[in-house]
Formats: sequence, structure tokens, C-alpha cells
Amino acid sequence: MTDKANIANRNIVLEIKDLHKSFGDNHVLNGFSMQLHQGENLVIMGKSGSGKSVMIKCLVGLMEADSGAITVMGNDITKLNQESLDILRADIGFLFQGSALYDSMTVRENLEFPLRRHTKKFGDNVDTEKLVIEALENVGLISAIDLMPAELSGGMKRRIAIARTLILQPKIILYDEPTSGLDPITAKEIIILMQEIQKKYNTSSLIITHDVDCARVISDRMILLIHGIDYAVGTFKELSVSKDPKIKAFFKQ
Amino acid sequence: MLVINNIKDTFRSFLIEIGALSYFTSRFFKDVFKRPFEFKEFLRQCYNMGNRSLLLVGITGFIIGLVLTLQTRPTLMEFGAVSWMPSMVGISIVREIGPIITALVCAGRIGSGIGAELGSMRVTEQIDAMEVSGTNPFKYLVVTRVLAVTLMLPLLVIIGDAIALFGSYLVENEKGNVSFTLYFNQVFNALEFGDIIPATIKSFFFGLAIGLVGCFKGYYCKKGTAGVGKAANSAVVFTSLLLFIIDFIAVFVTDIFYDL
Repeated sequence: MTDKANIANRNIVLEIKDLHKSFGDNHVLNGFSMQLHQGENLVIMGKSGSGKSVMIKCLVGLMEADSGAITVMGNDITKLNQESLDILRADIGFLFQGSALYDSMTVRENLEFPLRRHTKKFGDNVDTEKLVIEALENVGLISAIDLMPAELSGGMKRRIAIARTLILQPKIILYDEPTSGLDPITAKEIIILMQEIQKKYNTSSLIITHDVDCARVISDRMILLIHGIDYAVGTFKELSVSKDPKIKAFFKQ
Repeated sequence: MLVINNIKDTFRSFLIEIGALSYFTSRFFKDVFKRPFEFKEFLRQCYNMGNRSLLLVGITGFIIGLVLTLQTRPTLMEFGAVSWMPSMVGISIVREIGPIITALVCAGRIGSGIGAELGSMRVTEQIDAMEVSGTNPFKYLVVTRVLAVTLMLPLLVIIGDAIALFGSYLVENEKGNVSFTLYFNQVFNALEFGDIIPATIKSFFFGLAIGLVGCFKGYYCKKGTAGVGKAANSAVVFTSLLLFIIDFIAVFVTDIFYDL
């Protein structure tokens, strides 16, 4: 975890204000707001179907919000054109819940794929091979470079997905349920890896999870998403001793 | 009353589907001329769809040619018109049977493959991952596949036609002792540009329909593995229906221009 006392004074890299999103009569987000500071690990917890994934997809422009403002590193993403959004996306890493590795490509091709659109970020003489190897070394899976995703275990897939996220050297990483579907030991390894990455690259991380252990270990701050709003904000310690039954329900094991 | 409501709902969802497919098609034509062009992926798809369908198209064509000749021969013999066999088989294969059978085989092989592949990419968030990485998934996945199948299908039709005619020749050679040169001389003497050009143009539209419907069904696949199966299945069903509609329109238009 990072130095909590300093976090509030750091720059805000990502801000959501009064976000609304509905699917017909189902109002998923009802005015959700949050701020992510530079170098912070912010965990968002909520029940299944509470709108966590919808919120994170609105953040990267995969879904359009009904109303509200989303500012990423000073850019209002709802007002960006496609080209500017794509450039901004190079600074936002996204780890999908199911890893989302491209089935038809090898691990090497999976890692090279994001680089093909963002050569400007690294210059024209970018050494793709070097970047791929560096990203794989970071996740300890250099030996898997020529394997297909189908040949990897769940934990390995998650690590490769993290490597693919890292290859563009993003300033913000969004993790959608990074430990879901993994055994406790592998989940712990992934959490340690996330901490190492944060330390090495000083990234800001937004982690969506309902894994209490993950939240306890990694979070600098937490937001509980209940009824489509930021129901409670605080550190893990503060929230875990809350008397509010809705908050307490999250920490019962 | 319930039956009427069911019919209404089915008709309504059919119209919605047609509307969505029309929008998808217009998006394809808009994006096809926009940069960046995904040449590498396009060539990979051409290889996948063309080369890997060759055996299936070849076997189907060969059997069709063989069977058509075997079934028609006795009737033509009755009328003493067996010498017309190469002309008749040539015209029917080039004009109609070759393109439609090849297109139907490809709807099953390519259309369902595209539907299942894109559907599985949709449900496992690979398409979202592509978009987040700054690549336009519509251009990378849809435009390349539709273009590849549109270009490959006429080639497959030509190859399928040639193999079907060869199958027909084998029967004629066996039963009527007709030489290779004589058989194919008669075939090409009977064929006109009015037979070949409309059939080739029609094949492009068949390819376009297979690509567009397969991609449409896969790209908008609903969540879950059941959704992937449904996408693949409905891609084949919808494409097959569309192929016959296109065929009807093509024959109708050809009739106006070439006075069949």
C-alpha cells in the first residue's frame, strides 16, 4: 500500500462526477462519483449486478453514460473524438475479468497487438521485441512467449493479460475482478504482482473486486457501490468496522 | 389471439433484425474506404476462407457434376439428345448450380465459422479488449472478413464449376466414350458471356451476404456460450435464405439485360 497520508494531496488522475446509466427501467448507476489520485490503489466493491463493470466500461468509452462527467488526466472522455480517445486509451490499461486474450494469436502476438496502434508513444524505431520481453519478464512468464492462450492455465492467462496491459506503460490501470475464478494461492500471487507493478511504475490503479482479501491487501482507499451510488468511502480499516448493516455485509466472511 | 400476437412479435423482431443488418451494412461500406487498412489480417482471412474451403467446394462440385450427368443421361437418351449433354450441364452448372451450391456450402463452412468466432470473441470480451487497445474492431474483424469472403467466393465458384464439369466429363467419357477435348469444346461453345458474367457478379453478392450476416450475428452475439451457438446457427439459416433471395433478384435482373 502507498503512503495514505500523502494520497489526498496528490494530483487527481481520474474523476467521475454524478454518473448515471440505465438499461430501460433498470437504473444501474444513479449519480456515482469518485476520484482517483496519482499512485493510489482505489478499490471499488459492490454486489454482483451493482454496476461496477458498467462504470468501468463507461470510463474507457466502451459504454456511453446517460449523464455525468468522466475526466481522465484532464480530458473529458465524453467529449473526445475517436482519435483522441484512442490516444488517451494508451495511458489507460484495462485488465478484463476473463483476461480477454486473443485466442487466435500467440502470447507474443497478443502483446504486440496494442503496440501496432501506439507507435507514436514510443517513437518510430520502437523495439517491439524488447518491450514484449520486458513485459513478460515483469510477470515472470518469458517461457510462455510462443504459446497459444489455450495452452495456458487461468493464472498464467491473467499474468499475460497484465503483461499486455503493461506493454503500453499506462499511467492508470483498471482491474476488473483481477482475482475472480482463481484459486487462493494464484489469487495471492496476482495481488502481489499488482503491488509490484504499482511500486515499479508508480501507476494509479482502480480495482473492481468483491474479494475482501484482495481489497484488504491492496487498497489505499475503498468505495462501496450500493444502489448505484458511492455509498461509503474510506480505508479498508474504517469501513470494516462500520456499524452500517449494508457496509457490514461486505466484510462478513 | 395468442397466435396473432406471436406472429406480430416474430414479424416485429424480423423487421428489427433487418434494420440492424442494414445499419451494419452501411457501416461496412463507410469503414471499408477508411484508413488504416488491415492488409495483413485481410490476407490471412483470404487464406483461411479460400484455401481451407477448397476441398469441401471441390468434393461438392465433383459429386454434383457426376450426379447431374448420371441423372439426366437416361432422359436425354430417350429423346436422342444425349449429344447435348455437355452444353446442358455446362450452362446449368455455370449459370445456377455452381454458384448457389458453392455459396450454400460456404454459408455453412465460412458463415457459421465467422459467427462462432466473432461470437466467442464478443462473449469473452476480446472485442472490447481490441477497442480499448486503440484498434477499431469493426475494421479489423468485420471489414477484413467481409472483403475476404466477397473476393474468395467467386474464385471458389470458378474452381467448383471446373471440378463439377470434370465430374460430368468422367461420366460422359465412361458411358458415351466422349473425349476430353470434345466434351469441353461443346461446353465452351454453348457458354456465352451472358452466362458467365452475371454468374460471377452474383457470386460477389453471395460472398458479401455470407460475410455480412456471419459478422453481424457474431459481432452482436448475446452473452454466454448458448449465444455463440445461436449466432453460428442463425448465421447459416439467415444467409441461406438471403442467398436464394439474391439468386432470385439476380436471375430477374439478368433476364432483363440478357433476355434469357
